[in-house]
Amino acid sequence: MSATASVDWSLAVHRTLKDAGVKIVGYVPDGGHKRLIELCHADAGMQTVVMTTEEEGIGLISGAWLGGEKSALLMQSSGVGNIINCLGMVAECRFPLVMLITMRGEYGEFNPWQVPMGQATQSVLEDMGVVVQRADAPEAIESAVNAALRLAYNSYCAVAVLIGQRVIGIKSFQEQVNQ
Amino acid sequence: MSATMKRRDVVKTLLAERGDLLVVTGLGSATWDAAAAGDHVLTFPMWGAMGNAAMVGLGLALARPERRVLVLTGDGEMLMGIGSLATIAVQKPANLAIVVIDNEHFGETGMQKTHTAHGMDMAAVAKGCGIADSHVVRSAAELPALVKATRTARGPYFAQVKVVAEKLALTLPPRDGGLLKARFRRALLGESADTQ
Repeated sequence: MSATASVDWSLAVHRTLKDAGVKIVGYVPDGGHKRLIELCHADAGMQTVVMTTEEEGIGLISGAWLGGEKSALLMQSSGVGNIINCLGMVAECRFPLVMLITMRGEYGEFNPWQVPMGQATQSVLEDMGVVVQRADAPEAIESAVNAALRLAYNSYCAVAVLIGQRVIGIKSFQEQVNQ
Repeated sequence: MSATMKRRDVVKTLLAERGDLLVVTGLGSATWDAAAAGDHVLTFPMWGAMGNAAMVGLGLALARPERRVLVLTGDGEMLMGIGSLATIAVQKPANLAIVVIDNEHFGETGMQKTHTAHGMDMAAVAKGCGIADSHVVRSAAELPALVKATRTARGPYFAQVKVVAEKLALTLPPRDGGLLKARFRRALLGESADTQ
């Protein structure tokens, strides 16, 4: 992974979130989101919430919308497994939901324990009524996030943008350590 | 020390003269308790998403820092989202109070004992997470101070209120999630919420 490519899409996504009026960002970290998380934390106009599990994010975005604010969640594909039951609330209440999910367990994965959840991520989300949009190139991410925000907040949908492992590009244990 | 307070009395006291308080209730008995105290458009009663009540409260508190937010939930529901106390402590929402109605049992599923029945001190957990203003409330004499704290304490505030384990008649609020969301937002934000 080139650091430059990472900075580019992260900056663009941060600007897209800002332009859409997102004020609250919840995350459980992933290496692929490192730069975006830092940008959100550095932004005084965003309340950036580190969570102990992704499930907390569903409550966070629901409460934020009850209070009239837009939000977004950042997580890794493994975290999708932690939110499934609570997506029932999102569906029943039609809470707008935008999740930016960095993928593991697919393109060149080195950790076999990541593969089952990574391979199931899209279908599990779709089973729970979430619209899934994939972005498998750095230049595709900004427009996918922009579309997701519009779909979620104009049409009251739950939307996930899956950022492919091909973009994130973790290739080995050592590269993860060095990240 | 066995509990003496009854949950419906505690919740009724907490919700009396609520003013512009925003309330989130957790699945399940806390939701029925709040309904028994009187359905209210500025109460968001959760019928699912167990473990998420405190986080809905956090999202609401962050979105509307000028309003007081009260999360009312049970010990079983709070246990399922216990990590959210650590998340809330990091955010330090000055306008958020969490009150756990602790009957030490899973009331909806056959009254199995929860962890608090086995000695878990949830207020100590909250304090350990960084919510310094955390308390165990055991007697009715402490209720006026509890009510005051939910209205005025600089949050986050946490209380674990020990109540008698009793099976009560269900009093149900509306359960259509879309309705509950829409009426809450309209009452809080005005009719413009309908077209946000």
